[in-house]
Amino acid sequence: MTIKVVYYLNQFFAQKGGEEMAHIPMEVAEGPVGVGAQVNTMLKDKAEITHTIICGDSYFNENESLCCHGLQEILAQLKPDLVVAGPAFNAGRYGMACGTVAKVAHEMGITTISGMYPENPGYELFRQYAYMVETGNSAASMRKAVPAMVNLINRFIDTEGEMGSPEEAGYMARGIRVNFFAQKRGSERAVDLLINKLAGSEYTTEYPMPVFDRVEPQPPVEMLSTAKFALVTSGGVVPKGNPDHIESSSASKYGEYSIQGLECLTEDTHETAHGGYDPVACNNNPNRVLPVDVLRDMEREGVIGSLHDMFYTTVGNGTAVAKAKEYGAEIAMKLQKAGVTAAIFTST
Amino acid sequence: MKLELGNIHVRDLAFGPVSEVKENTVVIDQQALIAHLTELDHRIRSLELSIAKPGDSTRIMPVKDVIEPRVKVGCEGDIFPGRHLGEEAMVGEGRTHVLKGMAVVTTGEIVGFQEGIIDMSGPGADYTPFSSTLNLVIQCEVDDSCNQYDHEGVVRLVGLEAARWIGRLAEHVEPQEIETYETKPLLEQAAQFPHLPKVGYVYMLQSQGLLHDTYYYGVDVKGILPTLMYPTEVMDGAIISGNCVSACDKNTSFVHQNSPVIYDLYRHHGTKYNFMGVIVTNENVTLKDKERSSNFTVKLAKQMGWEAAIVSEEGFGNPDADLMMNCAKLEAAGIKTVLLTDEYAGQNGESQSLADSHKSADAVITNGNANQLVTLPAMNTVIGHDRYADVVAGGFNGSLHEDGSITVELQAIIGATSELGFHTLTTKAS
Repeated sequence: MTIKVVYYLNQFFAQKGGEEMAHIPMEVAEGPVGVGAQVNTMLKDKAEITHTIICGDSYFNENESLCCHGLQEILAQLKPDLVVAGPAFNAGRYGMACGTVAKVAHEMGITTISGMYPENPGYELFRQYAYMVETGNSAASMRKAVPAMVNLINRFIDTEGEMGSPEEAGYMARGIRVNFFAQKRGSERAVDLLINKLAGSEYTTEYPMPVFDRVEPQPPVEMLSTAKFALVTSGGVVPKGNPDHIESSSASKYGEYSIQGLECLTEDTHETAHGGYDPVACNNNPNRVLPVDVLRDMEREGVIGSLHDMFYTTVGNGTAVAKAKEYGAEIAMKLQKAGVTAAIFTST
Repeated sequence: MKLELGNIHVRDLAFGPVSEVKENTVVIDQQALIAHLTELDHRIRSLELSIAKPGDSTRIMPVKDVIEPRVKVGCEGDIFPGRHLGEEAMVGEGRTHVLKGMAVVTTGEIVGFQEGIIDMSGPGADYTPFSSTLNLVIQCEVDDSCNQYDHEGVVRLVGLEAARWIGRLAEHVEPQEIETYETKPLLEQAAQFPHLPKVGYVYMLQSQGLLHDTYYYGVDVKGILPTLMYPTEVMDGAIISGNCVSACDKNTSFVHQNSPVIYDLYRHHGTKYNFMGVIVTNENVTLKDKERSSNFTVKLAKQMGWEAAIVSEEGFGNPDADLMMNCAKLEAAGIKTVLLTDEYAGQNGESQSLADSHKSADAVITNGNANQLVTLPAMNTVIGHDRYADVVAGGFNGSLHEDGSITVELQAIIGATSELGFHTLTTKAS
């Protein structure tokens, strides 16, 4: 049985021309084109490149959403078992295009294999969506890149998509953590690790420590009396009944709610959706987590300039750092647009 | 302390007219057990018993605790000591019988957000260790006078007392096997294997408040200073769970009784190292508590002359700070450290996994990414209430589908990512 492969190439590697042809829109050709022909030969009996999608690099990057839509339609129609894109070497726009192809395919449940130079922005931005072999920074390394990609395609076929680790399979780390069942239970592995560490022999951690962003504290607010304050919390305070169903753990969203005209929060108006701490104290008096009452006093007394009409809230419990970062960036933009000059962030 | 554990392998569990252990079958007189449990608290509104066996098309949720029936035989002390007047004796010595292969599971209306699912078959069964035990399930409902604290307390009591009641059926049964575990008093233990490196276990217990409390001899560990424990004490239930952090990494009382790091450290005790003992510590919410507890932990570890330690966590997020603080301070004191944790890396595994990190944490065992999604097909029987699927930690709006199937993060499955290392799930880079 052979698997069905759809190949993605830019104008140059599809032999349409160089930079002067980078404006050509997306098209689909039957069968393999350019480097695809070589890949197709090397995969004979195991896989067949049935179609090649070709697009100019400038066109792709300038019309990204249109291209994504086009890719969705093409892939839905062709239903390939695998997408192969590139190799893109260190060509930035081509790398972005290959990465975007991989993302679209990933969302449709289709695996993508590609190849890039590690410094290509397409790797950093899209590595989680594709298995990419490491290539040199120019097409001069094509002779090495193609067999490496073919090896990876063979592995995909032989393992029925269970690629294994980056080291085993020969792709660049995707920055993804994948669950599996180990031979020994965790405690036994811990004792083995302890024995090795004690003996001074080699040992491998199962989770290398992540590198954390460290955010420099901003300069203090100099004039409280003219500052416009906003309240932001990861403590899960929401209007009673949690109208947007913010999850008690691993929040998939944040909420934006009005406190216009509210003197304080009460147990009848607000509650916490957070599942990671004792909710009783907050539910009895939600101001304990989102201090509207005190800020209203300070507003009246002229200590602060004003309190922003909206508050922003999510549940920090079990929420992945990448998601939290995304919500934080959006909330910051909204606050800035609303002319907020100081924010109080309460955590739990 | 020397403890003999007599295992009685339970092959079947049934209801019958007389409670007994007969030819490896545990028979329970429902009425007698219900009568016993009803007496425990006047706020119990209803009690219902069911049996769930491996392979059954049965879902149990929301689960509060899982407990193993054990009994002390011919010696002082009580299983789950320290909770009632007259039961203050130390445990961990003498002989204990274990009904191996069965468990008591408590369920009922939800207390908070963090109670989980046990599926006895299907894909969910792979993720929970309690799909392979014969489970006596107690559905306990309480009356409206109970607030959340009362509710949790009543159900905890019912579970523990039911396990004790069943455990007593094993008192005069001849075990199929006897395992012996021994740790001597400190100076004798050090002298027993003078040429082996001294190692120990730092046992971090969840102590962040309602549904986040753990008890040692009946004492809420929020209020303890880190203390020394003989490893065998847990086998008699010295540590019990009063908490429901996310179901996946909540350490149920069953897992404390079978505390896997302790059992696995005993395996090479006297050959690879000298297992000196256990430090019980907490995971409180304030910085000063974290600093104080980690300082005490390191002080005790040095006092016992440890050269290496395993540290296990319970829960995630805030306790990651305790884990890293313990690690950094132990390593700074020259004690080689191995950590046990789990990960919250996002549903697609794309995020960093911990809320805190330290460069000295270079030997970490991970017990899985709790954010991974799983779909659990509908079961013929639901014991408890599946309507809570959308609100438990790990669930979301729309988790419970119309056909009774459930899509949730592994977070919602009891014991899926046990940070005591009770299960085999782990995570790797891809």
